[in-house]
Amino acid sequence: MKAPPGEPYLRRRVVDVVARGLCVLMFVLAVVPLLSLLTYVVKQGVGGLSWSFFTELPKPVGETGGGMANALTGSAILVGLACAVGMPVGILAGIYLAEYGKNRFGDAVRFCADVLSGVPSITVGVFVYTLIVLSMKRFSALAGGVALGILMLPTVTRTTEELIRLVPDTLREAALALGVPRWRATLRVVLRTALPGIATGLMLAVARAAGETAPLLFTAFNNRFWSASLDKPMASLPVQIFTYAVSPYDDWHRQAWAAALVLVAAVLVLNVAARLVVYGRTAR
Amino acid sequence: MAAPADQVGPGATGIAVEVNLGDRLFRWGTAAFAAGTILILAAMAIQMTRASAMSLRHFGLGFITSTQWDPVRDLYGALPYIYGTLVSSFVALLIAVPVSLGVAILLSELAPGWLLQPASFLVELLAAVPSVIYGLWGVFVLTPWLRESVQPPLQKAFGFLPFFQGTPHGFGMMAGGMILAIMILPTISSVTREVMRAVPSTLRECALALGATRWEMVRTAVLPYARSGIVGAIILGLGRALGETMAVTMVIGNRAEISASLFAPSYTMASVIANEFTEASGDLYLSALSQIGLLLFAVTVLLNVVARLLVWRVRKVAAR
Repeated sequence: MKAPPGEPYLRRRVVDVVARGLCVLMFVLAVVPLLSLLTYVVKQGVGGLSWSFFTELPKPVGETGGGMANALTGSAILVGLACAVGMPVGILAGIYLAEYGKNRFGDAVRFCADVLSGVPSITVGVFVYTLIVLSMKRFSALAGGVALGILMLPTVTRTTEELIRLVPDTLREAALALGVPRWRATLRVVLRTALPGIATGLMLAVARAAGETAPLLFTAFNNRFWSASLDKPMASLPVQIFTYAVSPYDDWHRQAWAAALVLVAAVLVLNVAARLVVYGRTAR
Repeated sequence: MAAPADQVGPGATGIAVEVNLGDRLFRWGTAAFAAGTILILAAMAIQMTRASAMSLRHFGLGFITSTQWDPVRDLYGALPYIYGTLVSSFVALLIAVPVSLGVAILLSELAPGWLLQPASFLVELLAAVPSVIYGLWGVFVLTPWLRESVQPPLQKAFGFLPFFQGTPHGFGMMAGGMILAIMILPTISSVTREVMRAVPSTLRECALALGATRWEMVRTAVLPYARSGIVGAIILGLGRALGETMAVTMVIGNRAEISASLFAPSYTMASVIANEFTEASGDLYLSALSQIGLLLFAVTVLLNVVARLLVWRVRKVAAR
């Protein structure tokens, strides 16, 4: 104890109560912005939601109305592409780390994954620009998907590893004792057991990718029209929110809030669903 | 780990040899994907150095000391952006560190069980909200609030300090720093919690058995043990703040000026890339922007390496 032996008990109690109170105060300070943000998004967003918001294209500057149908589908396509890039690589890398990765190489991969998760998303955008956009000579949905995929990769890798580690060794031993080769035991027994948990990690990674804006600015760029081709620029919800929020038009602001509501709702649903999966597993 | 089947001895049957082959392929195949992470990081370093080569050659060290950013005359100096990034991140840390330490201590040491789940969910949600939504909220809620209810009284009370001079616009360094603080808070508090969880509970029990109050237990048993990990958590938060783009771009005012006042608009490295990259017409222009990206990349990688090493050390010690 650092406190001198003669320190009165009452004073120590007071310090204790004050310190606890400060911690609670800090928590309140942290949560107030979140609550404010959520209430504003709901309050402002509901007004902008309409049938046309989901079904129509953006109107030209100055005309009111129109919607974000292209941005909604664009976001879905981009996130799909990101999954196609990030998930197979991440899951297989995670399997390696969990099953064989207790060596120098495994540590290096783990370390790089952690570092990669701290790299700013905008620099990933610059990287993909120099890699894909410059060689294709135009902005493309493909480049956007790759950028988002790279951002997903560390999360997917580390979650997969952690959850495969949780699978009890007895399951592996049982499979091996039946004469199943190791790779099949890993894929059919271990991976399958860990799958619900991995799905959770994937949901969180998807939620993060769906909201990313910075790496899309100069990879997928933006598009005012329908486009499903992967070699053309593609609209997305976050980029559209950015464009509309910094514009001077009231109608665009209204739509930005509506889009924000849709995006927050999607992220929230994915997060809650992930929680429920984890909760369901631990409760059993 | 289970007994690996790919170590079947040389006297194995023909079937075992086949098994061996499949296992070997699987092992090397997954290893190749694992190497992908390292390759991507290396490719990023190489690719971005190449993209900024022209600017590196052209400006040399002057790039980070010059304040001129003039695309018309093809002169590029990044100092105002570096200043904006550093100061906004510093302001963010100033706010976020005490708050997130309070949150982490509350959630890992003090909170009763029933509060734990919902409270940590709220903090996680703070991390899940996309950056651009924070920006939207910043533009329409935070900056008007700062302009009307925070900055005028601050100016009245502390206007003699250089930090609180000039017209309060709302948009500016203060808004940028605050929004960054909100965004890095969950990072710092969750890593800090993780580190505190690694503190052996025997230490806590010892402190309590000696008659320590809860707070004394935290101060004398938990914090000293977790210190280097907490420093790591703060550095991780700093790394996040330096590279954060959208929300800051939307509220910081985007003017490349160096001013001591927190009310003045500023510009960050990430913001200038976001705003000008698609419009950069000349090769040198694009190269200069890439060099800002490279700087950002190098600094954040460095910070992450240091921070991860610190956090790993606490956990390694705890695991022993």
